[in-house]
Amino acid sequence: MRLVVPLQGVVQGRGGLIFGSLIPCALFYFLQLYLKRHRSPRNPPSPSASLQNLAEMNRTSSRSNLLSRGSIGPARISSLATSISKPNDSPYYIGLDKVSEDPYDRFGNPDGVIQLGLSENRLCFDLIEKWMLENLTDSIRGRDGDDLSISGIASYQPLDGTMELKMAMAGFMSHVIGGAVSFEPSQMVLTAGATPAIETLCFCLADHGNAFLVPTPYYPGFDRDMKWRTGVELIPVHCRSTDNFTLSISVLDQAFNQTRKRGTKIRGILLSNPANPVGNLLSREILCDLLDFAREKNIHIISDEIFAGSIYGNEEFVSIADVLDSEDFDKSRVHIVYGLSKDLSLPGFLVGVIYSLNDNVLVAARKLTRFSSISAPTQKLLVSMLSDARFIKEYMETNKKRIRNMRDLFVSGLEGLGIRCADSSAGLYCWANMSKLIPSYGEKGELELWDKLLNVAKINVTPGSACHCIEPGWFRCCFTTLDEEDIPLVMERIRKATDSRAS
Amino acid sequence: MAIEIEKPSVGLSKVAVSDTHGEDSPYFAGWKAYDENPYNESSNPSGVIQMGLAENQVSFDLLEKYLEEHSEASSWGKGAPGFRENALFQDYHGLKSFRQAMANFMGQIRGGRAKFDPDRIVLTAGATAANELLTFILADPGDALLVPTPYYPGFDRDLRWRTGVKIVPIHCDSSNNFQVTPEAMETAYQCAESMNLKVRGILITNPSNPLGATIQRSVLEQILDFAVNKNIHLVSDEIYSGSTFSSSEFISIAEILENRSYRDSERVHIVYSLSKDLGLPGFRVGTIYSYNDKVVCTARRMSSFTLISSQTQHLLACMLSNKEFSENYIKTNRERLTKRYDMIIKGLKNAGIECLKGNAGLFCWMNLSPLLEEPTRESELELWKTILNEVRLNISPGSSCHCSGPGWFRVCFANISEQTLEIALERIHKFMEQRRRN
Repeated sequence: MRLVVPLQGVVQGRGGLIFGSLIPCALFYFLQLYLKRHRSPRNPPSPSASLQNLAEMNRTSSRSNLLSRGSIGPARISSLATSISKPNDSPYYIGLDKVSEDPYDRFGNPDGVIQLGLSENRLCFDLIEKWMLENLTDSIRGRDGDDLSISGIASYQPLDGTMELKMAMAGFMSHVIGGAVSFEPSQMVLTAGATPAIETLCFCLADHGNAFLVPTPYYPGFDRDMKWRTGVELIPVHCRSTDNFTLSISVLDQAFNQTRKRGTKIRGILLSNPANPVGNLLSREILCDLLDFAREKNIHIISDEIFAGSIYGNEEFVSIADVLDSEDFDKSRVHIVYGLSKDLSLPGFLVGVIYSLNDNVLVAARKLTRFSSISAPTQKLLVSMLSDARFIKEYMETNKKRIRNMRDLFVSGLEGLGIRCADSSAGLYCWANMSKLIPSYGEKGELELWDKLLNVAKINVTPGSACHCIEPGWFRCCFTTLDEEDIPLVMERIRKATDSRAS
Repeated sequence: MAIEIEKPSVGLSKVAVSDTHGEDSPYFAGWKAYDENPYNESSNPSGVIQMGLAENQVSFDLLEKYLEEHSEASSWGKGAPGFRENALFQDYHGLKSFRQAMANFMGQIRGGRAKFDPDRIVLTAGATAANELLTFILADPGDALLVPTPYYPGFDRDLRWRTGVKIVPIHCDSSNNFQVTPEAMETAYQCAESMNLKVRGILITNPSNPLGATIQRSVLEQILDFAVNKNIHLVSDEIYSGSTFSSSEFISIAEILENRSYRDSERVHIVYSLSKDLGLPGFRVGTIYSYNDKVVCTARRMSSFTLISSQTQHLLACMLSNKEFSENYIKTNRERLTKRYDMIIKGLKNAGIECLKGNAGLFCWMNLSPLLEEPTRESELELWKTILNEVRLNISPGSSCHCSGPGWFRVCFANISEQTLEIALERIHKFMEQRRRN
């Protein structure tokens, strides 16, 4: 109202109408601007930073799109780089980051975050250490009589791995599956870890925009390793707790058809056997059915068997190589991925394997290994270790026992809290059903529990949604990075956090 | 282009069937000939002498000596106290001690004229992976990078194969010793634009492969100015920086940036590796050094596909942080390479062959254009075949390096013994004499 009086004076003067309309508009505009800046955020109060990271993701992505679009500012980076540089958005990675910031240590940092989110095996490290002490100096530079001076390992090696290491690996892999299959070294390509092995295979089998069918729940890392640079899509094939997350061919077929209908070409199926995160095994029958399916649709099968040496149950592990051997299936469409980071507790040494009977794939994969070859001193060391049959036998037997022991303790600890786990025979983790403990039955409720466990109970577990599990409330808990003494503490922390259900 | 192999066998991807890996070029064909009939002083004195492999074998004894005297490098010390941590370490940041050692070593090589921050170092399994990774980060599929010719044949594969990025050459010629000029850069840029390609960066190799010469300060300034002007990235592959014959002649882009107080530095990225300077290609050790935080962060995450084993990192951290070793190595390596270079230049001169004046690297850039029937690529390849089959030397023809003028060849001298080099020079001498007589 008070505005009108001075305006009258203006209006009655020259240019009155213009000023008469301009000034209120301008004032209105500034009023809106003021209100916008000082308006309190309409979001519900976020309980913690981790959840907020997830919520922030949508906002930051649109902001960075703006930055990468124009040529304002410094030389731009690629669209791929822009998306990779965003803050971690998966609970899997957020949890790992939290642990590195504040890692639990029984003596040094007893209130730190306990790591149950990394499937690494530390139970038999003492055996590896012992072997190193007894054998090391010889293994790098060789025993007398061998031509193993530094020039032997310094110069260019075959980029897909030395024949000595391939032979040692072939022997080891065969041992791991109980001698059921004999692996041919010339059908192997070695890479600096299983991560590049999977990516390399993907580059060989699929074009940008093609897809792979992947049974869920699956290892969260696949979303990076298989998709980032290859431009490939992963189509989830949902498995359910009603049959202990067993893969069903009819669900697979449905997913295949649905994907094809929308114009996306499926190049293959990505299996994890033993499965991660559930820890169950694919039976011989299902493997045969899968091979039939692959032949019918003319697609590939990648079988990630990296946990093959971590079998602790009584069920027999059947490698897809075994099925190929014994039945008359088309061998050219199957490719196995393996590595030493799980079974031999040497993740830092980075040894991965692509095993394929398709020579065209091998030829292409071999050329691609120039981007991810294993370091020569490490190859040398591992040839020594893997060829020590006595050591390997003792190691694998002890390893199984200790994993079994730890699993039994951990699972019964969870059962004491009313938390049951899926049936599993392998892997370094258990798949726990915490659906009764989540505040609301859905992904939101699951993530709230995850957040509470991470930030209040301070244990890092991986929520099922990060693994694309269709049923909410499941969590993967890795127990092979623990000591037995820590288990009661873990259970205590979970109990405390879930008893006091304040929110 | 991608074809499904006829049914019912299952198809492969475009990447798998493409020939962008380049292994069918003469550069690699010569290697095959060598593999089939390799020279050996005692058992096969008339075999093919390998002079197409840029590998440094002149200073192995220094590495051997270090490892003999420092067993803690390869065994984690008495009782292996650090072993556990090392074997479990798979953080893509890399061992801090190793990054620190690399940063110091890179500074030493540049005579202390540039300093490197260990937190800007991203580790990769070799420079091959470093170059590919940078390309993935700086350019989208279909974009282009400008690269001065002649260039390392491997770039066609490393920069283009999986990335889908294109290379547009900046043509350099012998009239000014193959130096890059602003005009040549502008021409290449326009050429890319006319093909509707977005130029994202310029990639130089300094010291140059295959020229075996360092880039002059004024040219580096011009290249940086060009990159600033066009608002594109500059990648400097300095893999031969420790193989310069004299420390003062090599000027790194890092020094240029320091002189400009790091203005415009966020567009500059350096690639380095221990494969050439330290003669350890089998160890697979490469680095990306970037002045751009986002590039560092992204490269680090992407390096998960190309990590260096923690065992190797530990070994090299010990070795490179030993000041006595590294200083002595750099100095001695330089002296030996210089000696080799002088030897080959003299030998070639006696045979009537001129080379580009070089001051770095493991090779020399030889001018055989007077011997060509016609100044054409075909003629050059004919000559190359003759040298491979009759003289039994594997050298790299300039055309495989995209050299615009025919008749130039890259000849490596550091991957063979002095005796073998003598034999090679003798063979060349005889060959040239025969040609003169005819």
